[in-house]
Amino acid sequence: MPSPVRRTVAAAAVLAWASAGLAACGGSGDDDKTITVLAASSLTGSFTDLAARFEKDHPGVKVKLAFDSSATLAQQAAGGAPADVLATADTATMDSAQSALASQPQDFATNVMVLVTPTDNPGSVNSFSDLDSSHVKYVVCVDTAPCGKVAAALLQQDQITGKPVSQEVDVKSVLAKVTEGEADAGIVYTTDAVAAGDQVNTVQIPGTSKQTTTYPIATLDQSKQPDLAQQFVDLVLSSQGQQVLKNAGFGAP
Amino acid sequence: MTDGGAALGRAGIGKAPAVLVVPAVLGSALLVVPVVSLIWRTPWGDFWSEVTSTPVLQALWLTALASAATVVVCLLLGTPLAWLLARVDFRGRSLLRAAVIVPLVLPPVVAGVALITALGRTGLVGRWLYEWFGLTLPFTTTAVVIAHTFVSIPFYILSVEGALRASGEQFDLVAATLGADRWTTFRRVTLPLAMPGVIAGSVLAWARSLGEFGATITFAGNYPGTTQTMPSKIYTALQSEPDVARTMSMILLIVSVGVLALLRDRWLTRP
Repeated sequence: MPSPVRRTVAAAAVLAWASAGLAACGGSGDDDKTITVLAASSLTGSFTDLAARFEKDHPGVKVKLAFDSSATLAQQAAGGAPADVLATADTATMDSAQSALASQPQDFATNVMVLVTPTDNPGSVNSFSDLDSSHVKYVVCVDTAPCGKVAAALLQQDQITGKPVSQEVDVKSVLAKVTEGEADAGIVYTTDAVAAGDQVNTVQIPGTSKQTTTYPIATLDQSKQPDLAQQFVDLVLSSQGQQVLKNAGFGAP
Repeated sequence: MTDGGAALGRAGIGKAPAVLVVPAVLGSALLVVPVVSLIWRTPWGDFWSEVTSTPVLQALWLTALASAATVVVCLLLGTPLAWLLARVDFRGRSLLRAAVIVPLVLPPVVAGVALITALGRTGLVGRWLYEWFGLTLPFTTTAVVIAHTFVSIPFYILSVEGALRASGEQFDLVAATLGADRWTTFRRVTLPLAMPGVIAGSVLAWARSLGEFGATITFAGNYPGTTQTMPSKIYTALQSEPDVARTMSMILLIVSVGVLALLRDRWLTRP
């Protein structure tokens, strides 16, 4: 009577393969009046705001926003993903999408990193050097992501030898580990600390301004709406756009 | 199918209609093209030096360790649970079976969020573990095994429960009339009869554990040597070194295909 067993096993096997292989399905119905903006995770708040303003100023135009790690987005842009504008959290990732850029990247904001802790501060982290004590569980971005590169440079610059407990894939995950109280501290951008508000305590990192991150923005070759794409870039660079970014904690370029 | 049957098919019901063939070809292309592209673009020249580099070996070792530990936990916890579902009549049995199946359909990231909500340092159960024993699970290899077990054990349980049901209860009854108690019956009669299901379930759970990513990175984190398994390493490598990511993907692909071949020969061929 092996047949029912085999059938169960076969069904389970199919499910195993299916669940392991399910990837994000995404596609844009190419609406003529839609532009897609790929932006670094740290731009979530300010670009959502700017997109709403853009839609108000351009009736009938819809702005689709995709937030992810800069490296992932740059790779998607270079791979021909249907998008119009790319904004990354550092110049190196923007350069990696060079082949897909329709315009010269323009710097539109800067950001510096800070240390955040949960409000009850379970690891008693009150200064950057506290990361060196062995009981402190802190998290950083993985060193392949821009936020991880800056964090690594800061740790080295301030001679911190204590190791992180985890290298998260992007800065949002770092912040989440801190706000969830799983980590005692995390190195995030000033803008993330601003966005998290009173969910975190902020601790300044000595010499953080020496590791400033510059955010470039550019239009993409594959854009079907190059004029609208350029207008979005213009909005980001305008005084209105700069004010939104400033409110979110970004520095001027 | 016999030759006669095939001939009858050709002569009697006509050739396959395009309306079925075209989608079928598209479907196969969707499945085959990405894998072939991966093989094509893998930098085979650096394959061996990449495979034997320390970070990759570290991730490979952790993946092997975690998946082996997962199988052991499945055997220890899953076998009794499968037996309970197959042999013992109790209130809420169908509810329990549903609960066992839920992780199968749950997106792995959701599994990770659920695990952190339960076992994180501020979680429902994790809070007490931390307060009473100073124990924190996230960011440890144990957390990796817990996450892997959570997503893998349903495959094991389904497989073993199926085997137990298929082998039938009459042998258990015979053993009982011969004076064996239930534990002896389980060890000497039930389990040996269900062995094919145990083996198939172990292989399935192992394969699922090998590919586990979402729950692990969400619950356990990502640090080389302690929590970074192959899929996590591949995901992070893709951000800066796509070729390394392809090489590591190829390793997992080879292993998965190997498992599939093993399963096909032993367990998946329909009678």
